[in-house]
Amino acid sequence: MKRTVAIVGGGPAGLAAATELRRMGVERVVVFERERDPGGIPRHCAHQGFGIRDLRSLLSGPSYARRRAQLAAAAGAEIRTRTTVTGWGTDGELELTSPTGRAEFTADAILLATGCRERPRSARLIPGTRPAGVMTTGTLQQLVHLRGVAVGSRAVVVGAEHVSFSALATLSHAGVRTVCMTTEQAHHQSFELFRMGARLRYGLRLRTQSRLTAIHGGTRVEAVELTDLATGDAELVGCDTVVLTADWIPDHELAALGGIDLDRATRGPAVDGALRTSRTGVFAAGNLLRGAETADVAALEGRHAARRIVRHLAGGGWPQRRLAINVQAPLAWITPNIAADDPTIPPRGVHLVRAATFVPDRELLVTQGDRNIWRGPVSRLQPGRSGTLPAASLAGIDPSGTAVEIRVSSPSGP
Amino acid sequence: MSAELDCDVLVVGAGVVGCAIARELSRHRLRCTLVEARADVGSATSKANTALLHTGFDAKPGSLEARLVRRGYELLSEHAPRVGIPWERVGALLVAWSDEQLTQFPAIIERAHANGYTAIQELSVGELYRREPRLGIGARGALLVPDEGIICPFTTPLAFASDAVSWGCRLLLDAPVTGLERAGDHWVAQLPGGRLRASWLINAAGLRSDELDRLAGHDRFTVTPRRGELIVYDKLAGGHVSHIILAVPTSTSKGVLVAPTVFGNVMVGPTAVDIEDKDDTGSTHEGLEYVLAETAKIVPGLADYEVTAVYVGLRAATEHSDYQLTVDAANGYACAGGIRSTGLSASLAIAEYVREGLAGAGLTLEQRQGLQPVSMPNLGERFCRPYTDGERIAADPAYGEIVCFCERVTLGEIRDALRAPVPARDADGLRRRTRAQMGRCQGFYCNARVTALLDELGAKL
Repeated sequence: MKRTVAIVGGGPAGLAAATELRRMGVERVVVFERERDPGGIPRHCAHQGFGIRDLRSLLSGPSYARRRAQLAAAAGAEIRTRTTVTGWGTDGELELTSPTGRAEFTADAILLATGCRERPRSARLIPGTRPAGVMTTGTLQQLVHLRGVAVGSRAVVVGAEHVSFSALATLSHAGVRTVCMTTEQAHHQSFELFRMGARLRYGLRLRTQSRLTAIHGGTRVEAVELTDLATGDAELVGCDTVVLTADWIPDHELAALGGIDLDRATRGPAVDGALRTSRTGVFAAGNLLRGAETADVAALEGRHAARRIVRHLAGGGWPQRRLAINVQAPLAWITPNIAADDPTIPPRGVHLVRAATFVPDRELLVTQGDRNIWRGPVSRLQPGRSGTLPAASLAGIDPSGTAVEIRVSSPSGP
Repeated sequence: MSAELDCDVLVVGAGVVGCAIARELSRHRLRCTLVEARADVGSATSKANTALLHTGFDAKPGSLEARLVRRGYELLSEHAPRVGIPWERVGALLVAWSDEQLTQFPAIIERAHANGYTAIQELSVGELYRREPRLGIGARGALLVPDEGIICPFTTPLAFASDAVSWGCRLLLDAPVTGLERAGDHWVAQLPGGRLRASWLINAAGLRSDELDRLAGHDRFTVTPRRGELIVYDKLAGGHVSHIILAVPTSTSKGVLVAPTVFGNVMVGPTAVDIEDKDDTGSTHEGLEYVLAETAKIVPGLADYEVTAVYVGLRAATEHSDYQLTVDAANGYACAGGIRSTGLSASLAIAEYVREGLAGAGLTLEQRQGLQPVSMPNLGERFCRPYTDGERIAADPAYGEIVCFCERVTLGEIRDALRAPVPARDADGLRRRTRAQMGRCQGFYCNARVTALLDELGAKL
């Protein structure tokens, strides 16, 4: 197929898409990666557990990142590192900056796979002074695993998701003792095995229903104030390092600059099952869609996007109607979150659903206007980890109809 | 001047006012020393203000502040483009949200006229919303002040200090004045590194100008720090306001303003709370909640955007409404204290005032010839940034290697900041000179690389 596809972002989703596009015969596939090495976030996740669902292997993050880059290069994709896509030209071309200069790039289709990041202290509006020693997991991992620098001696880890336990392991590797892990939720949001392992191995103390309400310190962090959300009691905990984990935000700048509709709930581009955005010819995949899922999930989305891109290039068209699928609290988001008039089965045949709190009753109700579309259970409803909703449960949506709402169906409700 | 002295003039405090004074005096055949208690120039009140270039339309008529802000505006608005300090004349809209506030407009206009500012004009509600369609509902009217502007608060003191240093001024950082005495015809200042003797002492110590004034033998004013908390919204919200949105002032506060920044963000604040501790630059839950509530009223759409930064500045407020600006010829002492939020706008005029005062007191000021001002690296989003400059990248590929992705700061700019006349010495200094790590991710992506570059490139200095 004599076509050119541009992929923005050389992480798991972008590299998996590039590999698949080449395998399917697309002539030119170019991945733009702004870092000096491809691979994305796994480059600095030193722990095991990568590649299970996409590569049927068990790899460390750095090994997985290298493997993904090798596969893409071997398939014939061009990976341009140290190249930042800074914006869009008037005819949809990508504007590039790299050490070789300023350039524009025109493609027949574009995949945005720019990933996500953890919200920093400022965006979380944590009051107090601004001493050194407050960082996200991403920063911590790069400092320790890519640079090998010392980070501190006593840490408080904010958050209790998978990534928070990863931060714990990185801190331990760097010789930092974790004083406690704190979450506003009633329970940690990771595997119970991780929590037990952390208690046995690091003597971890987990504080639930606890909020970081202030940071104290002059040049370096000296203490944090943790407030018990049940009693309102505040306690000062001494530490010199604060790791702010999770609280993901998609890196949606390029999508926003391109005028692409963002879903209000995920803050990522609103996409249908084919991962098509509101802009013709532009697809989005991976953690840009809603924040962090595991790398293999992102890679499988990249592969899914590649197949839909090939169909699009073969004349598959673009939806005329795009209807937003909304969720009601305590649901946090759903993705894909668009019902199109030419429906496509989403990646892995499921929509991912997330809740803002632990919801014991996992029964959902999908309605459109006064019509009940579907009622049934979802595999999981909690913060920090997604549940899956089979594609068939949303198949009854009329894309030219009124707004779609998904809510938790209370036993006494409709 | 005695050759035994270390310098002719010792300027204490390298905030925007001290840097401007040091620059002004360094144009002359003088031995000038600028000392700063902190690790960098412009790193206290000067780095955490509302970053506005004021016309002085609302100052108290007849005050020194009114005169110097007006003169400072003339000087700085002309100087800034010459040396690469980003500034934009975006204009201000003073918005009334009640009929009671509307009744204050005639007095505000009268005051502007008394200050010699006549371009102020009243806008209809329709015209206000035409200019600012994203303003919250309920505005009753507005005054347009077309000449108010936004300016880079980081580049301004740095540009002044860079000129001063390249014209021969000595700059001592981490150098608090811990003792001071008058010895015959000169001053002896105690610093951590030893004593410094100077004919003239100039107090530009900001929050601590009262303490230095007392060390110099006076008891004239007390600084009560007034805390201002501000929230900076993501650059993606940049289009939400095109003017500075001012509130109708009350007796205690100028109120919360919403303004674009030269970096392309939107800024909201400040709060105004008098506190005791001159080092307490912590933000508070109450302060941030207040700013958020005001944001929801003034430009509600901002709530849909991410917060990029929260910062806190302390204004050097005193019991007097006017600047504490005096020249004492007999004792070789000048005081530029008690300068609050308008110091940035008035800085060059304050420097001019001090220079004239020193000349009037008999200090010989002989202009040096052939002085070239420095050219500052541009941080303003409306001007050419290196990452968009193909020719510059072709000449030096380091300007094409983006290190800080959010703010698009290149390796070349980081390298330059570490080699500048007043170089960055740490990550904070690098932030103010390049904006590296000042964007929406606050270092998630680039902190480790920037830290490494500080070690690699900084060590080569």
